[in-house]
Amino acid sequence: MKLRSLTLTWTLAIVLAAVLIPFYWLVIAATHSSQEIFRTPPPLLPGRHLLDNLSSLQEKAGFGRVVLNSLGIATVYTLLAGTVCTLAGYGFAKFRFAGREPLFGLLMLGLVIPAQVTLVPLFRLMAELQWLDTYQAVLLPNLALPFGIFLMRQSMAAVPDELLDSGRVDGCGELRLFLRVALPPMRPALAALAIFLFLFQWNEFIWPLIVLRSDSALTIPVALAGLQGVDDTDYGAILAGTAIAALPMAALFLALQRHFVSGLLAGAVKE
Amino acid sequence: MTFSVRRRTLPYLFVLPAVLLFAAFKLYPIVASFRLSLYHQAGGVEEFAGIDNYTRLLDDSLFWTALGNSATILAVQVPVMLALATGLAVAFNSTLLKARPLFRLGFFLPMVTGLVAYGIVFSVLLNQQYGLVNWLLGADLPWLTDPLLAKASLGLALTWHYTGYNAVILLARLQTIPTELYDAAAVDGAGAWGRFRHVTLPGLRPALLLTTVLSTIGTLQLFDEPYVLTGGGPDNATLTIGMYLYQNAFKYFDFGYASAIAYALALLIGLLGLLQFKVLGGKS
Repeated sequence: MKLRSLTLTWTLAIVLAAVLIPFYWLVIAATHSSQEIFRTPPPLLPGRHLLDNLSSLQEKAGFGRVVLNSLGIATVYTLLAGTVCTLAGYGFAKFRFAGREPLFGLLMLGLVIPAQVTLVPLFRLMAELQWLDTYQAVLLPNLALPFGIFLMRQSMAAVPDELLDSGRVDGCGELRLFLRVALPPMRPALAALAIFLFLFQWNEFIWPLIVLRSDSALTIPVALAGLQGVDDTDYGAILAGTAIAALPMAALFLALQRHFVSGLLAGAVKE
Repeated sequence: MTFSVRRRTLPYLFVLPAVLLFAAFKLYPIVASFRLSLYHQAGGVEEFAGIDNYTRLLDDSLFWTALGNSATILAVQVPVMLALATGLAVAFNSTLLKARPLFRLGFFLPMVTGLVAYGIVFSVLLNQQYGLVNWLLGADLPWLTDPLLAKASLGLALTWHYTGYNAVILLARLQTIPTELYDAAAVDGAGAWGRFRHVTLPGLRPALLLTTVLSTIGTLQLFDEPYVLTGGGPDNATLTIGMYLYQNAFKYFDFGYASAIAYALALLIGLLGLLQFKVLGGKS
């Protein structure tokens, strides 16, 4: 038994080490110059070029502004989409009303219809509204995120009806009831939703790629993909930028993982 | 009176923002996309085309190449990934494994990495001349420039990204299988493999269905990874339907044709989803 336990643990540890190589290597590459990255043997320990890479990023892509764009867009998106999804989840979970299931089914259509179907008309809509290259064009289309609404409906179902009804008998207003009675015990689910939304928007690529134009408006993934296309691609700089895109999210996830995985699964696995 | 009217409209107020946003930015585009697919866009002039865009699909060899590429990934990468994820989930669930939370977390980590970010990392790791992978293997494999290897590289990147996520979904289901079932199977003389086949797999079926459907949708829509990793090359060997649609829409500005591709894609996803429900869903 002991031997089998050790074998399993060590096998998995080796596989995990292999899976984590890209993260380690990203740290290494971000701190080396392009020439150092592309040499044989490849560098295996951190180098001294991080600051050079960062200043090259700033020079080539105005990366400081790009990072602020990404942070701002993801934060505003998380707040707005979080509000929309939580309100809808509460409405669908805690009230009976005519058309509830058809309406919910309609929203869930968004889970099955591929995003590509909506790309072209959405682009034309934004062009007509003269919203190309604006932040509202990036933010608005995904505020009513089907998965977020689904997650919040599943979670909100756990709020006891008796609690809400006794609040009503006491003359508590519906908005207060929602804010003071229904929301507080939802904190883990809200945390999971927030992390999910933030990650989604932080990593979102194709839609910002289509609607954002000017260099100063870009988000990190769009700016990075743009840098990669250039002739004398500076990989040291790109990988430093990639590290900025990926590593803080990994850290955020590790710090908040307890809420994230359990909160997501509460919604994802229930049938 | 006012009270009951308010009681009746109240629920709608909660769901209203979501419904309005959905109607404007999802429902309207879905309908508009279908209308667009019935028109030609030539030099900024719209002209009714009937089903021309759809019949054009049938003769478009690039569309079939893209479809074939997506089908290959679907047929090879998805089963391999789900088998690995099932293995991981069983390991995560085993009392033999030490430091279980640590492993769960570690294997989930790739999932939080953006598609562009890991696309860039893999493109450098797989560089033929200087990449870490060839150096470790002591090989000189053209990972991104050989048609077959480029597909394999794309599959490798996808597997790296999504296996841990699928394992966590499967694990949650695994934990709901009563231990009595395993005990009963053991009493009946089932070995480890027998218990896996007759208890674990049937118990996992709903979660396997979920992960299969999610992976199918994801694979057919694939865009970011090939865009960054291979650019669809070499020689269109990693061109996906998602990329082909993007090219038609935003490189050639042929919105009508792009919309027809989108609808063909949606139809395909719907049909495959139904098929998977029939095969894996069983009677439930």
